[in-house]
Amino acid sequence: MTDAAWIDAALTSARPQAIGALLRYFRDLDTAEEAFQNACLRALKNWPENGPPRDPAAWLIMVGRNAAIDDVRKRARQQALPDEAEISDLEDAETGLVERLDGEHYRDDVLRLLFICCHPDLPPTQQIALALRIVSGLSVRQIARAFLVGERAMEQRITRAKARIADAGVAFETPGPVERAERVAAVMAMVYLVFNEGYSIRADEAGARAPLCDEAIRLGRLLLRMFPAEPEIMGLLALMLLQHARAGARFDAEGQVVLLEDQDRALWDQRMIGEGLALIDKAMRHVRPGPYQVQAAIAAMHARAETAVDTEWPVIERLYASLEQLQPSPVITLNRAVAVAKVEGPEAALAMIDPLADRLDAYFHFHGARGWLLMQLGQPDAAREAFTRAIALANTAAEAAHIRQHLDRLERDAAVG
Amino acid sequence: MLYAVLCYNAEEVVTAWTKEEDDAVMARLDVVHQRLIDAGKMGPSARLMPTTAATTLHKSDGAVLDGPYAETKEQLLGLYIIDVADLEEGLAVARDLTKANPGGAYELRPLRLFLPGVLDQ
Repeated sequence: MTDAAWIDAALTSARPQAIGALLRYFRDLDTAEEAFQNACLRALKNWPENGPPRDPAAWLIMVGRNAAIDDVRKRARQQALPDEAEISDLEDAETGLVERLDGEHYRDDVLRLLFICCHPDLPPTQQIALALRIVSGLSVRQIARAFLVGERAMEQRITRAKARIADAGVAFETPGPVERAERVAAVMAMVYLVFNEGYSIRADEAGARAPLCDEAIRLGRLLLRMFPAEPEIMGLLALMLLQHARAGARFDAEGQVVLLEDQDRALWDQRMIGEGLALIDKAMRHVRPGPYQVQAAIAAMHARAETAVDTEWPVIERLYASLEQLQPSPVITLNRAVAVAKVEGPEAALAMIDPLADRLDAYFHFHGARGWLLMQLGQPDAAREAFTRAIALANTAAEAAHIRQHLDRLERDAAVG
Repeated sequence: MLYAVLCYNAEEVVTAWTKEEDDAVMARLDVVHQRLIDAGKMGPSARLMPTTAATTLHKSDGAVLDGPYAETKEQLLGLYIIDVADLEEGLAVARDLTKANPGGAYELRPLRLFLPGVLDQ
């Protein structure tokens, strides 16, 4: 790996801790970001000459803090602090100092940063944009590209989010256990949103959006390192790894979505699957099931099946049933019904989803699934009606194209019959 | 003389590598591995999953804790590579080993990559 690539990776991984610590010193997000930027610029100059520091985060915190204080002093016409070359010479002593200053703060600093991004006053779109900018350090251009919006619009979104946070005031005291649990749950939800932004995509957008999945996985690892014994965080990380493992098989050469059961499983990333399964194993030991763990367990059932035919649908059906209990929602019932169709047949599944018609009438997948069940039950007219409704509600061209394939088949069958 | 070469690095940095960067490192290592294989000097080697995938059995009280073994007063004195169905079976093996040799801890860390090597004994 080249110097530049190594430094880049080191700066990225040190970022949450360094910005978190700088935020604690300066109590202002913009000042903390600016100080970090300054420190990064100096690192790019200093590290190739003097070699990388033993603890990059500590170096960046120290240099960033001094640079910011230096700025203030210069403005006050006072003597400047020693520059970072000297700091580097004194590296061990300085690192020791920063470690003493920061070691105990590490978790609180990073958590505070994540909590700020997930401030309850911010709508989810602003939460994820802010987290990607501040915690992950993606450029505004990269984030704009991933969200398929213009750079100016994204810049404004982030500025508005920061203004809201400034208005609300940043909480510097560590929240109590109940509030902390709530806010960790909000951070988990934000991380999964970032993941889904990268995942629910079209083939032609996959390149731009895929980094969001990697970022979400990295944030999940960060969170799990802070709460190593929290089974739901293990579940979240496992879920993301198991889903992302299929990324290489989700589109065909023409860019059409390939359904799970039709995917070439040789293209699934076995390394990610292995890590996901290991995390589920760890989580299960705690016997404290939660929605992320159950969803991860469902994804694991698919990952473990060597071919689509080997899928253990009865287990998946039971897992959906427990997910329904943990987190009642018509969408989960709909998913369970698909599993029921595999286990008990389409009739039982249809009986399960018909009562959802009122609540899911505007939902693409409801009509798609209903049409699929009716088709299997030999009711082509009703199936055609459901598919037509689904196409009208499709969110992407790929979704519509997929339903059109079913309609075409119905047409062919009608012509033959 | 057989030697174990233990690999240390900053996990946050290594897990932040892009797939391309990771592949490039592995490709360069493979060249070295092949030289050792050709010379008949390569024993089994492994790349471990991140510490977030680790579980630790504390042998004195049998406590099972999530995460890597983080104490600094004990030293790394050996390792096993075992082939088990899941973490529970791995922990059962570790408990059996504990009966034979109490004291200290066993960290169970799944392997990300295993290369058997070419040593016969």
